Amino acid sequence: MAAPEASTAAVPTLYTNNTLRNAFGGVLSFFILLLIGVLAFSIRLFSVIKYESVIHEFDPYFNYRVTQFLTKKGIYEFWNWFDDRTWYPLGRVIGGTVYPGLTLTAGTIWWLLNSLNIPLSVETVCVFTAPIFSAFASWATYLLTKEVKGAGAGLTSAVLLAMVPSYISRSVAGSYDNEAVAIFALIFTFYLYLKTLNTGSLFYATLNSLAYFYMVCSWGGYTFIINLIPMHVLLCIVTGRYSSRLYIAYAPLVVLGTLLAALVPVVGFNAVMTSEHFASFLVFIIIHVVAFVYYIKGILSPKMFKVAVTLVVTVGLAVCCAVIAVLIALVASSPTKGWSGRSLSLLDPTYASKYIPIIASVSEHQPPTWPSYFMDINVLAFLVPAGIIACFLPLSDASSFVVLYIATSVYFSGVMVRLMLVLAPAACITSGIALSEAFDVLTGSIKFQLPGVTSNAEVDAGETSSDTSEAQTDEVHSVWAAAEAYSAPSIVLTTRSRDGLHVFDDFREAYAWLSHNTDVNDKVASWWDYGYQTTAMANRTVIVDNNTWNNTHIATVGTAMSSPERAAWEIFHSLDVKYVLVVFGGLIGYPSDDINKFLWMVRIGGGVFPHIKEPDYLRDGQYRIDSQATPTMLNCLMYKLSYYRFVETDGKAYDRVRRTEIGKKYFKLTHFEEVFTTHHWMVRIYKLKPLKNRIRGKAKKSKSKTSSTSSSKRSGTKKKNPWQ
Amino acid sequence: MKSFRFCFLMLTIAILASPALSDLVLSKVDRRVENAGPEKESLVLLAFPEQQAKNMAYLMATPHEGKGKVKNPVVALPVEAANPKDMPAALTFYSVSLPKGLAEGDSFTFDVLAVFTHALRPIPEQITQADIQLVLYQDSAHYLSPYAVKVQSLSVKLPDSRIESYTKLENTKIHGSEIKYGPYENLPSFSYSPIAVHFESNLPFAVAQELVREIEISHWGNVQVTEHYKLIHGGAQSKGEFSRLDFLARPNVRGASAFRYLVANLPPRAHSVYYRDEIGNISTSHLRGDSKKTELLIEPRYPMFGGWRTAFTIGYGLPLQDFLYESDGKRFLNITFSSPMVELVIDALIVKVVLPEGSSDISVAASFPVEQWQETKISHLDIDGRPVVVLKKTNVVPQHNQFFQVYYHFSQLSMLREPLMLISGFFFFFVACIVYMHADISISKSSASYLAKQQWEEVQAVIQQVQNIISRCLTTHDNLEASLRDLSRTGNIQACKAARKAADGLLKELSKELKPLLTFLQSSPSAAQVLPKVEELVAKERELQEKVMVKHSTVVDGYEKKLGARDIENRVALQQQKLTALRQEVDDLLEFIDEI
Repeated sequence: MAAPEASTAAVPTLYTNNTLRNAFGGVLSFFILLLIGVLAFSIRLFSVIKYESVIHEFDPYFNYRVTQFLTKKGIYEFWNWFDDRTWYPLGRVIGGTVYPGLTLTAGTIWWLLNSLNIPLSVETVCVFTAPIFSAFASWATYLLTKEVKGAGAGLTSAVLLAMVPSYISRSVAGSYDNEAVAIFALIFTFYLYLKTLNTGSLFYATLNSLAYFYMVCSWGGYTFIINLIPMHVLLCIVTGRYSSRLYIAYAPLVVLGTLLAALVPVVGFNAVMTSEHFASFLVFIIIHVVAFVYYIKGILSPKMFKVAVTLVVTVGLAVCCAVIAVLIALVASSPTKGWSGRSLSLLDPTYASKYIPIIASVSEHQPPTWPSYFMDINVLAFLVPAGIIACFLPLSDASSFVVLYIATSVYFSGVMVRLMLVLAPAACITSGIALSEAFDVLTGSIKFQLPGVTSNAEVDAGETSSDTSEAQTDEVHSVWAAAEAYSAPSIVLTTRSRDGLHVFDDFREAYAWLSHNTDVNDKVASWWDYGYQTTAMANRTVIVDNNTWNNTHIATVGTAMSSPERAAWEIFHSLDVKYVLVVFGGLIGYPSDDINKFLWMVRIGGGVFPHIKEPDYLRDGQYRIDSQATPTMLNCLMYKLSYYRFVETDGKAYDRVRRTEIGKKYFKLTHFEEVFTTHHWMVRIYKLKPLKNRIRGKAKKSKSKTSSTSSSKRSGTKKKNPWQ
Repeated sequence: MKSFRFCFLMLTIAILASPALSDLVLSKVDRRVENAGPEKESLVLLAFPEQQAKNMAYLMATPHEGKGKVKNPVVALPVEAANPKDMPAALTFYSVSLPKGLAEGDSFTFDVLAVFTHALRPIPEQITQADIQLVLYQDSAHYLSPYAVKVQSLSVKLPDSRIESYTKLENTKIHGSEIKYGPYENLPSFSYSPIAVHFESNLPFAVAQELVREIEISHWGNVQVTEHYKLIHGGAQSKGEFSRLDFLARPNVRGASAFRYLVANLPPRAHSVYYRDEIGNISTSHLRGDSKKTELLIEPRYPMFGGWRTAFTIGYGLPLQDFLYESDGKRFLNITFSSPMVELVIDALIVKVVLPEGSSDISVAASFPVEQWQETKISHLDIDGRPVVVLKKTNVVPQHNQFFQVYYHFSQLSMLREPLMLISGFFFFFVACIVYMHADISISKSSASYLAKQQWEEVQAVIQQVQNIISRCLTTHDNLEASLRDLSRTGNIQACKAARKAADGLLKELSKELKPLLTFLQSSPSAAQVLPKVEELVAKERELQEKVMVKHSTVVDGYEKKLGARDIENRVALQQQKLTALRQEVDDLLEFIDEI
């Protein structure tokens, strides 16, 4: 080769050239990263621009309320917070049952800004936490991919992650949910793991445990990390890639990470007692065995080693078996009996729908459909295989991790829509690698061809442009998704008609009414979907909320909703409920109303109280509310509260969601009275009537008498002139 | 003492249950005063019964100018609370100072405007959605006065002609929505004749239980006004069901007493108007503006029925030059005191004027008494906070919506404080970054461990170089082997010899390069641990080199002597064995050193 001679001659110039180029590249990539951060932040602001700076949906309202409490009362009160305004009369220990990462993060940001005399409201901080952390997440992606395939791939993945629709859907401004910070924590933990794996530095290993601790604080999805990393370690060991770096990357994480995880109240002893963490301990043992084997191999001569191997393998296997047996016994005797429902439904996708209706009833726990893959990761779905191939050329520890990550996350996303979110970073990383490799090859070929023939270069250029056009379609799709599909706050709805924008702000109308015009200690019953919003916006005590920790309590409310009026009144009265809130979309065609969720109420109620039977509400297996509906359906409380006086709106009682006329049009309520209905009838609030007096006639008479006497008295007294 | 010697002529007393105001009664008294005594008199006493005095929000006396002749704004006569002796304790007195003393026989006419809040009582106190709201008004048909009254009449103007009942006295007439009592002549002092009027009123009884107005001045060109309302419908309590259906179908019948919207007349050129409550933006509002005023129509989230409450915030920005002026080196803010809402009674109004940081010499001028104190508020990038003047007044009615002034000193240079602070903050941040990047902040440079580490790093670098050289040697060996293979294929001895020559040269060069590195390693104390291995490596490599050369020459010799391939192989076989063994050792050593 001619290179050595040339290099000896040109060393000084090349050297200066290289440093210049490196410096230039460094500055350039810094600015590109900065722009990626800005992009990630600003693409998530559509919801603020199109709607307003407001907290979205259901869970974010709870997080917002917790953050308010934290900023008002301080951290110690927060840990000890027993909330008596939800799950009445049980209450809920918030400090011990909530993942505190998000609230602590937002609370810290708020505190920091306020101590710098920048008085932002807690709400503003909460609204913008998610976009800020998506900028962080894209930077973390850059770092992670840089560890795998260099800076070019890193930048490409970062820009892809900044605008992958799946992640946008969970992190638009106002979507103040655990996932907002958890995805950053997830990627950053993986980055630190790979960094430790590549450098073997104990410093990064410690940082890695801290990042893992932050992840444990933020989201229940941390179990993904504590299973994926052991899997990768095992993979490395099996493929003969064991090294001291691998040991440093893994052992401190397990020890420190588990200790730290146990500090989070919601995890506590689960960190050592549930089966989700079991794999990590098993691999921890295996890696020690392997390390020991390598050590022995180092100090013994080959002959002795062979003898030792047989010895160690037998002893080690025996010890392993014993330990595994002990662990299995421990797990089996642990209070949670192994796997939690959500994790089980990860392994067996049909588990939840078979056994736990309350998990199955949540739409984000359903398996995704194919279109949702296209919707959420778009062209990345086609780039991922190319990226996987690129990871094998050549296969390193880090790239094998990426391959493992994408493979597992594809599986998990297939189980639950919600876990698309875990797939998104993996897809971005692999696609980034694929795109960057493609650019490398194609631009390289242009460079070589340029002096000579041009035709070939054109072909290549055409290919690169097809590459870029692919990226462009992705970009267009992402912006569209960010602007149209994922920015609706869902507490305020808009429709665009010919006469302009129409706003449906009924939810907040109802909550505002509740908060101003009912007593502060009144209890409001509604289906659990609206629990968080009611406590956060109306500040009223609710019976059940979105936390769904007590199935029986939810079943009680479900039973009340599916019982006839009198029985329902008794249930509600026994719960000290004063108001019942139902969501009704029939007038304006809002599809996710309580009538559409009603079958879940029946199922969950029936799961605990067997006198509620699902077939009673179905006519020939079909759920209907028209004249063919069963009498049980037409007499249940939910039907009555939804359709009370509905017929008087148009004379026919045509339900625009179900697209049919309702079955029973004229009826009266005897135990409930309507106290408030919002402008578009989306929320209707009823008050429980008090127990009736037995002697009705007498009570009425005396009342009228007193009122007349009092008025006559008044006029009598006022006639005197006090000054004469 | 003196007042009994006067004789007053009261022409009319008109009490307007004003159609515009909800919980409010405007009492307008037009009186002519005639001095019947010998002495000059300059004070006139006005008496109000306790009930009314408690509810009185506003009292103003103006000289009467005749009808339709409002050329220049009338100057109000000074009114003071008075506490004369020998008067019934149940009455509250105010004294009006006349512009000039009245001599005997002189007369003077002036108007008194008194505004009462919460004077109308809803009866019945609870109504359903379908009921109409009835309210009761009580007053005296005779004008209550410490003076003898010559002629007096009273007319009660009601918003609607539907009257449930009213007290009938002699001389009572009713014209549509107006009830007229009188005229009564020659009444003695303190004559009192109670009347009660029970009538229908569906006017909005909007009462702000508390209103906090914050007016923040920014010398960058903006006056930001933020108003926090806590509103209640002060009329008859709503009871029983609320049906949206009825309300939407016939809002004027079912829900007649409810009010749906409020109108705020903001100053002209108001901008950035917002209307929200604690759970977010309220989308039901309309803003219309022209050069004279900006009209904001806001709907609360839900229609307000009797007894219902709501709370919201409106905010707007105003151009600074319209409200801030300078006089005698002092600046002053000239802005209206009360809420811009039309027809709103305010129980407690707190006005906070936030002046820019660094203001001093603050004083307030208002045309009516207010409670006043100072606070500080820390806002964006403040260090010692902004001075806040807080004014508090209870029972505020639209008549109080007058301009008031806040005077203060403010240096123009203080405006630069915050930008400079930001600039210097960033400057120091960058300087700190530069210093950090250029400074070595190891704890101690002379410490043994640091030195050892540094030396070890040097040693590592050298070992790296040694390894490089060795591996280059090894590649040279491989090249030689390759040339031998070529030879066996092509039989080109010359080419093979040339390759040998080149390799010889290269190897010599490499060994030259290796020498200084080895001497360095020998001299370095921290390399003591590695040195034997490195030396062993070098020795082995040299041995390997020799063996390769020997093998090479043997093979080439063989070819030159035209021996058969098998012969040559036989000759080389032994050497080959040694070679592979040596090669293996070298590789092992390399790996071992690598792991160090």
